[in-house]
Parts: sequence; C-alpha cells; structure tokens
Amino acid sequence: MSQSQTAQAQHLPVATRQVGRLAQSLMAMTLGLFIVGVVGFSHIDVIHNAAHDVRHSNAFPCH
Amino acid sequence: MSTFRSIVFSSVIAGFIVGLIVTAAQQFGTVPLILRAEVYEKAAEHRHEASAQPRAILVHDHADHDHGAEAWEPKDGLERNLYTAGANILTAIGFALLLCGFLAVRSGATGEPISWHEGLMWGLAGFAVFTIAPGLGLPPELPGVPAAPLLSRQIWWTIAVLATAAGLGLIVFRRSMPAAVAGVVLIMLPHLIGAPELEHVKTNVPSSLSHQFVVAVTLTSLVFWSLLGSLTSAAFAYFDRPASA
Repeated sequence: MSQSQTAQAQHLPVATRQVGRLAQSLMAMTLGLFIVGVVGFSHIDVIHNAAHDVRHSNAFPCH
Repeated sequence: MSTFRSIVFSSVIAGFIVGLIVTAAQQFGTVPLILRAEVYEKAAEHRHEASAQPRAILVHDHADHDHGAEAWEPKDGLERNLYTAGANILTAIGFALLLCGFLAVRSGATGEPISWHEGLMWGLAGFAVFTIAPGLGLPPELPGVPAAPLLSRQIWWTIAVLATAAGLGLIVFRRSMPAAVAGVVLIMLPHLIGAPELEHVKTNVPSSLSHQFVVAVTLTSLVFWSLLGSLTSAAFAYFDRPASA
C-alpha cells in the first residue's frame, strides 16, 4: 500500500512535467510556423519583395 | 531553464548561424541564377509594355504577379542581400523552433538527450518534408516563369508538407505493417491528386537555367536542413541539461 503510494507520488510530478513540456513545445512550434508563414507565404507586397530571393531559394510558391 | 526558453535559445542560436551560412551558400548557388532570370523577366515585361496591349490587361497582369508597381522593394546590391540574410535567418529560426519542439517532446518521452546525429536525422526528415515532397509537384521556380495562381500552389504545398510529415511519422514511430502502408499512401496522395499547373507555360527563361536552379535550391536546402538539425539538437541538449531544468 505504502509502496504504491510512493510510486504514485513519484509518478505524478513526472506526468505533470511531461504535459508542461508538451504544451511548451507546441507553443514554440506554433511560433515557428507563424514566423515561416509570414516570411515565406504572406501576400503583403512589401514582405514579398523583402523576402523575394529567400522564397525562390527555398522553393516556396512565389509570384 | 523552462523547456520553452531552452527551445527558443537553441533555435535562435542555431537559426542565426544556419541563416548566415545559407545566405553565403545562396550567393554562389541560387542568387546568381535568380538575377540572370530577372534579366529575361524584365526584357519580357518591356516587350509587353511596348506592345499595343490595352492598359487594363497590363494592370491586371501586375496585380496577378503580386509585384505592385508602387510597392517598396529593396535596392539591388547590398540592401537586397541584407534583406535576404534577414529573411534567411528568420526562416531558419522559424524552422528551428518547429524542429526543436519535436526534439523536446522526443527527449521528454525517452528521458535521453537528443544527440547531434539524431538531430541530423530529424533535419533530413525536414529536408524530405519541406523540400523534396513539395518540390516534386512544384519544382523550384525562377522569376519570369509563369505558374498557376499563387494561393492554389500555397495550398497544395501545405497539403504535401502535412501529408509527408504525417506519413513519415507513421512509418518511423508506429513500426507496424498497416501503419507503414498507410504512411506510404499518405506520402503519395498529394502527388496522385497533382499540383496545380498551367496548361501552357510561355517563358523566355532558358530551361537549362531552370534546371540549374532546381539543383542549386535542392543542394542549398540540404545544407540548410543538415546544419539546422544537428546544430539545433546540439544547442538544445546543452540548454536542456537536467541540472538547469
């Protein structure tokens, strides 16, 4: 009984850390996709012109 | 250090280095070809303007090209290259954040730090997902080569990327026969549907130049993803040490 309680106590924080890690990773990935989206895919002329050579060099759809 | 901060630190450092290296590589690889193609593009535009085309068609054409005549653009030379460097660094940081998110989840699940070599494998997966798969249907294109409407190509590009990433994920992490079959089918699916393309492509950009460009883009992209994968994982292993967690 006490053994399983100890096991539980050890497991809970790990599980919580895992969820926190997943949420933080997803946040970072969303930020990354947003940056790539703006640089590579925005239809705004000024952004297109500034990143023109990069869009072509990365084979992002351009023009 | 929190996971989010470790990911951001690693991605900014790796992205900055990779962005600079790739900018240098592009100066030898892709940029000279883009500049040569623009000579043909501008010559075609001049002929276009000189011909007796009605004004309305000319205006329409420009809107279609996303090249608003009034819109700001960097001056050729240093200014243009500085913006290219900036955009390369931002793109590298963006992709590094995405990649590092996967690395963090993976090392969290296994309890082991990701080695630079495993990071390189993740980088090569990024190369397959973001360059090879969309490039099969929509090969890297030079300025002055007409293509299907931009939005339709962006949508197909996104579908190809998502399907390839999901397919590779099924094959690598599920390790069962049905999942492997589903993964391969998923990777093939966007290509069976087919990328949007024009029926008739009229361009005066030589096809040899376009072919050189495909090779240059693919090689610089291979350098980009190999470096990004290994550097991001090495940086993340450093910042995500258990002592500082």
